[in-house]
Amino acid sequence: MAAKPIGIIVVSGTRERLQMAAMTAAVGAVSGSAVTVFLSMNSLGYFRRGNSDEAPPEGPFGELLSRKKAPGFRALFEQAVELGGARIHPCSMAMDVLGLERDALEPYLGEPLGLTRFLDDTGDAQVWTF
Amino acid sequence: MSDRKVIDARGSFCPGPLMELIAGMKLAQVGEELELLSTDKGSANDVPEWIRKVGHEILDNREELGVWHIVVKKMK
Repeated sequence: MAAKPIGIIVVSGTRERLQMAAMTAAVGAVSGSAVTVFLSMNSLGYFRRGNSDEAPPEGPFGELLSRKKAPGFRALFEQAVELGGARIHPCSMAMDVLGLERDALEPYLGEPLGLTRFLDDTGDAQVWTF
Repeated sequence: MSDRKVIDARGSFCPGPLMELIAGMKLAQVGEELELLSTDKGSANDVPEWIRKVGHEILDNREELGVWHIVVKKMK
């Protein structure tokens, strides 16, 4: 039986939430689920091409994460695409608000998506919000 | 086996060892064996779970001095 599709909405710009979203995307994708990620609000800025800003921690666990050898959230999202065929889309509304064009974002991101299309695409999926 | 590929993920935290194994599996031929070295306790449970789920074969899974050695054969 095919694994249930997974939709992931990322609105947070904090380290713990970005990390958990990326882990869910990567492990879900390599385990056979069709994964669609929607990057919006405070998360999108971290996916500007070449951006390496550290996301601020929410609490002590986030502080620990940066000191331990945990794979970074950007690397995990990219692996979700490369190894598991995940699709990661920037939110078109967030792009408008931030004044971003598609070329300003990391190349492993897909085309900008509106919320209507994302919800349509993930209608049968389990959807997680971070 | 002399040509078994070793993937050294010691020191990496979940899901690092799993992702490194999968990257290695992508490059391996069907029938090839890979040995993952990991010091992450969570991955010691999670990696075999993934191997079973996607249909590869676990040939060995043992801990030696805090290092897990998980040997997997690529089946498809």
